[in-house]
Amino acid sequence: MRNSETLPLTNESDIIFARREVRSRGSEIGLSLVDVTKLVTACSELARNTVVYGGGGTVTIEPLSNGVRKGLRLIFEDQGPGIADLNLALTDGYTSGSGMGLGLSGARRLCNEFEIVSVVGQGTKVTVAKWK
Amino acid sequence: MERIPILRMGDYLLVTIQVDMHDRLAMALQDDLTARIAKTGAQGVLIDISSLEIVDSFIGRIISNISGMSRILDAHTVIVGMQPAVAITLVELGLTLPGVLTALDVEKGMALLRRLVDVPEEGDDEDNAEF
Amino acid sequence: MTTTQQNKTLYSAIETDQANILTEWIAEQKKMMSQYGQAKEQELTQQCQTFLQHFLAAIREGNLDNMQSPEWRATYAVLEDVATIRGEMGLSPSETATFVFSFKRPLFASLARMADGNAEALAAAVWEATTLLDRLGLYTTEVYTKIREGVIARQQEDMLELSTPVVTLAPGILALPLIGTLDSARTQVVMETLLQTIMETGSTIAIIDITGVPTVDTLVAQHLLKTVTAARLMGADCIISGIRPQIAQTIVHLGVELGDIATKATLAGAFKLALDRSGLSIVKTKPALQI
Repeated sequence: MRNSETLPLTNESDIIFARREVRSRGSEIGLSLVDVTKLVTACSELARNTVVYGGGGTVTIEPLSNGVRKGLRLIFEDQGPGIADLNLALTDGYTSGSGMGLGLSGARRLCNEFEIVSVVGQGTKVTVAKWK
Repeated sequence: MERIPILRMGDYLLVTIQVDMHDRLAMALQDDLTARIAKTGAQGVLIDISSLEIVDSFIGRIISNISGMSRILDAHTVIVGMQPAVAITLVELGLTLPGVLTALDVEKGMALLRRLVDVPEEGDDEDNAEF
Repeated sequence: MTTTQQNKTLYSAIETDQANILTEWIAEQKKMMSQYGQAKEQELTQQCQTFLQHFLAAIREGNLDNMQSPEWRATYAVLEDVATIRGEMGLSPSETATFVFSFKRPLFASLARMADGNAEALAAAVWEATTLLDRLGLYTTEVYTKIREGVIARQQEDMLELSTPVVTLAPGILALPLIGTLDSARTQVVMETLLQTIMETGSTIAIIDITGVPTVDTLVAQHLLKTVTAARLMGADCIISGIRPQIAQTIVHLGVELGDIATKATLAGAFKLALDRSGLSIVKTKPALQI
């Protein structure tokens, strides 16, 4: 199994690169096509948040293993302005930008695990995981 | 900057997305396509997304926009070839694209456009039913 | 890498007595394992020989305290093979671990012969050997468990696939007759199989028949709705048929909004609707002669 890796997220090309990496690593551990697609889509949403709202940051891709079950964890970190009202940000349809307001809430539905920590003025950290 | 080509076939415009979509590219397609509809007076737009491996909320919004804008410009847009995994993910994401017309492949999309636009059909390309 | 005194004792005991140990070991195993019949004797001999060879190489070269070191890799590989074969044959964990533990008696006997009355040396050698073999024995159990988990997971997947037959009723019309209780995992497989078949066959209408589904809860209803929505995104329409009165009541009580999804009481009704939408019809003709 490959080790964890951290990729930069500063522009759109980085988002595309991160998506490709998540796709290849998801297929590698044997996630089904549907699960890979869900994870890559979640990655796309969260990476966009990091780039657009967080002012850039990183994504760390970590392999997970629990007996025969395998999984992949993605950690998005930025040092941006942070989110003041997390509950509001997680509401379907709420948007502070140009999207459909499904970024965070949608990403949460697409993954098995979802965690968000945000401090105003310090940044945001979103962790998601998908299990086989 | 890289752009997605728009082909014209008579009264229709045909777009085949074969690259990894990113936000700017999608925005550019939205601009180009609406401009082309207005310029050519095309009545139907066919967007083939069978090569797209993901559609996230941004691309989903662009698809929705294109569909709505083309309607205002008196054209119908049909999205064809969405992969099952992409469709499942979109639904899970909460994006059901109401009002967007869809078809399984280019041929069926074309047939749908012809019915909508009501241009006399050339030849008989309907499937012959056999039991 | 230092070769300790214990290594030497253990090594020379096995080295000089190899043939004896092997025969006794195999006999020991045959005694303890009823299922492992005569037919497998050749395989068993082979396994024991290979294990002995690698085990011997490992204690000659290797570090007896750290079994993670590379010299032990070949030994572990043999055990993995043995545990895999036995796990897949359906033998019990004890019968799998027996492979290693039954090695003790012949080995200790050989060590005793070597020690020649020196009780202290014998005790030390036996302790060393037993520590090694216990660890190896536990390893077979670990592998065994993983193999069995894999077998169970595979069977679950097989069952899920078996339970979702998608059939073609007419050109462009699919049917998915669902039978039995729908749980979340199964509904998901059903959904994926149906959408995949829609794409592969280019079918524009799919009938989901739930006549054989005893109950529908909110989750299942939502899954069905998602399937229908996903199919629509791909360019295909779904019709849900076989909704029994109780299920209709449940759906309304649960407040599940079916929206503009076409529903029919019977599969025949749904098929008729599908034919109408496809511009097809069934025509009465002279019955074909059956010979």
